[in-house]
Amino acid sequence: MISLNVNQKTYQVDVDPNMPLLWVIRDIIGLTGTKYGCGVAQCGACTVHLNGEAVRSCVTKVSRAEGQKIVTIEGLSANNDHPVQRAWQEIDVPQCGYCHSGQIMSAAVLLRENPNPTDQDIDEAMSGNICRCGTYLRIRKAIHIAAEMQKTKSNTGQTKNSVSPVKI
Amino acid sequence: MENITEAISLSRRKFLKNSGLTGAALFLGFYLPVSAKAGRIITDTALNNLEPEIEMNAWILIDTSGKVTLVDHRAEMGQGSFQSVPQIISEELEVDLANIKVIFAEGNQKKYGSQITGGSSTIRGSYKNLLTLGASARELLIQAAAAKWNVPASECYAKSGHVFHKPTGRSFHYGELVVDASKLEAPKNVKLKPRSEYTLIGKPLHRRDTPLKTNGSAIFGLDKRIPGLVFAVVERNPRMRGTLKSFDESAALKIPGVKKVLKIKMAVFGTYREGVAVVADSTWTAMKGRKALKVEWDDSGFTHMDSADIYSQQEEALKTNEGLSLKKQGDPDSMLSNAENKIDIMYQTPYQAHACMEPLNCIAHYQEKKLEIWGPIQAPDWVQSFLSKEMNLPMEDVVVNMTFLGGGFGRKAFLDYPHEATLISKEIGLPVQVTWSREDDMTQGPYRPGVTYHCEGAVANGEISAFKFRMAGQNIDHWQGTERGKPNSSTTEGFLASYYDSIKNLSIADVPFETPIPIMWWRSVYASTNGFAYESFMDELAIAAGKDPLDFRRSYLKDERVQKQIDKMEEISGWKNRKKNEGYGVAITECFSTTVGQVVKVSRDDAGKIKIDQVWVVMDCGWYVNPDIIRAQVEGSIVMALGAATIHEITFKDGLVQQKNFYDYNMPRITNAPPVELYIMENDGAAGGVGEPGLPPFTPALTNAIFDLTGKRIRKLPFDLTAI
Repeated sequence: MISLNVNQKTYQVDVDPNMPLLWVIRDIIGLTGTKYGCGVAQCGACTVHLNGEAVRSCVTKVSRAEGQKIVTIEGLSANNDHPVQRAWQEIDVPQCGYCHSGQIMSAAVLLRENPNPTDQDIDEAMSGNICRCGTYLRIRKAIHIAAEMQKTKSNTGQTKNSVSPVKI
Repeated sequence: MENITEAISLSRRKFLKNSGLTGAALFLGFYLPVSAKAGRIITDTALNNLEPEIEMNAWILIDTSGKVTLVDHRAEMGQGSFQSVPQIISEELEVDLANIKVIFAEGNQKKYGSQITGGSSTIRGSYKNLLTLGASARELLIQAAAAKWNVPASECYAKSGHVFHKPTGRSFHYGELVVDASKLEAPKNVKLKPRSEYTLIGKPLHRRDTPLKTNGSAIFGLDKRIPGLVFAVVERNPRMRGTLKSFDESAALKIPGVKKVLKIKMAVFGTYREGVAVVADSTWTAMKGRKALKVEWDDSGFTHMDSADIYSQQEEALKTNEGLSLKKQGDPDSMLSNAENKIDIMYQTPYQAHACMEPLNCIAHYQEKKLEIWGPIQAPDWVQSFLSKEMNLPMEDVVVNMTFLGGGFGRKAFLDYPHEATLISKEIGLPVQVTWSREDDMTQGPYRPGVTYHCEGAVANGEISAFKFRMAGQNIDHWQGTERGKPNSSTTEGFLASYYDSIKNLSIADVPFETPIPIMWWRSVYASTNGFAYESFMDELAIAAGKDPLDFRRSYLKDERVQKQIDKMEEISGWKNRKKNEGYGVAITECFSTTVGQVVKVSRDDAGKIKIDQVWVVMDCGWYVNPDIIRAQVEGSIVMALGAATIHEITFKDGLVQQKNFYDYNMPRITNAPPVELYIMENDGAAGGVGEPGLPPFTPALTNAIFDLTGKRIRKLPFDLTAI
């Protein structure tokens, strides 16, 4: 039995200690927001927070995460309203959306560590996350928007829905 | 907006249960092409005994509480159908987009017409029907209200899910009218709004799937779970056409959680490929079991290609074979033989993988005389009819459910992976999810075909005196049928028809070429490679003629819409005010009824490396729905084009694909994405495609810009942008 703390809940999982955290989160715990993309830490789709650091869960053995604090996309905020999530909604970043759990988890760590990232800071922090739809321009822009939201604690990103226009 | 996390497919009773319709409901829909068909009312008792014929017409569903459910008949793979289809229907139906629910249709061509999400066809193929559908439902509801009030229908109007009586201000919500409306005959000729009265169409509204994609709640194929599900991975013959000689499963079966190991096959167009499936209690356990397999393959009976052989054979074919003529006017050959300076060029474009971020996967549940499929599927109706035939089941007993797709780009319109999952499920008697590893996805095809182009031309007095274009590359149509001897009709894809009116001596031909490598559409299909050849060739002709490349194109493209588009390109790019040390390149292509012109500006950075400073895009897609979705599609198309032009390619050695994962098939990253400015032309033309047409002109505009800056002409892709 391995004890895992995921999104502030404790799970006892009976798995091979070599099983990657990704598959434990998805198939054993049942949180499918974290994605399988490459299995070799090349694409970032599986990014989760381990003690606050962005890690690639596809190459992180579950035994390494035992007893530590894991946060997945489902636990980033209670109401889909972390500044990064709100910024993503503000300018409709996702297309197919598959990579964006990982993109958002990477961006959240960047903004915590560097509240005023430059384009170059963003490029460096985000270049481990592939988006095949090519949403990169919006990712960069959304991170700047999130930085502003974080700073002003404003809630300019009120719940968006399909009747409000996107501000370009 | 209802925050559904999983788009639910229509499936007989299950649909009604899942969609939460209360009481009776008005089901309204049409056979395609649209024919007036009355709405049908479903009573509580009938809800439990739904007949297929009633479902046949279900596109718009309004229940007695006024709840509106719309069906998205196409896949949502990033291109925005989940927003744009309801945005169209709601415009004429007069309902609040925020309060409706959207579900995915199940695969059923009889109900929804073609559902193949390809050819950028979701809007351009359906919008007139969708508008008519919404308007017809609205008219029925107005008629029902008018009858209830005993007033003329002309005194009533619909808005926000209600019908109002103008003189008295009385109103009914739609739910109060559905029972009466369902008894009326649908109107034969409904009046559609002029564009000037649109309140939803043409607006950059937020996508309704965005919130689902920022908190992990959108359900992709790989996230789908059903009761009793087991998990499988498959070791397939790495040569894509081979069969299985033998395998030893003993070590795999010793791994706790591995349930079964079996020989399996899947259809690859007309052929079958074999592999060994490992079924386990989780995907990771199945992967572990797979590693423990010992397999021997039979690779006889087909050529094991090398990339170098492919291209040299194509070059040889182009030198020795005039090919099958697709278009010929004037006499380009005699003009060429008399020309003083003949331009004689080969262009080459590589094989490419689709590399969707969500690797292929599929759930199949085969039960006695019934098959149900869930997965990221681009063509649910094709999967339904194929599996019906292959498994010898009536169409209605094959239910194909779409999930959100983590990318598609053409790959997920292929039938191999649902077929393989079906055979595994049938064999083991359990519902199974088959997951392809990234390496499977990368090495197993099908691919965009590599193509060699032979372009011969001449200029005299500043004009094109001969234009001869031939291509040698695999014909995707040959995978779907056995007919040979016809030229590949896609040889002209990408090229603007307007050129035919002004280039007098022109020929376009296809030189047949085949290999055992399976190929498939890849975003913008042949235009993605033809566009590079046509528009590089056009640039070389312009330079040979001593003309400005943009003016040169303008002098040949006399079509009024294209003329306006070129003016706009010149204006927004500042083409005429280019500075020293800036390279400008232009390209204009047509793809799926949309014409896109791009101007790329390059310069050298401090380290002397080429950098892409700006991409200006002018798009003429006629009637359109959501300009922000268009913008997103264009931004993404450019990144995808950039990757295929400068970063990755699929190569073969001894019949094996040499790239395995993102470490050797590198992807464009955030650092590669160039700034993009888009202008959409406004006109009353019919709707053109949006998801793909932004891709083809980027690469030639880039290489033409590099020529402008450096004098170096790039004729073979991919090329290393950092090495110029």
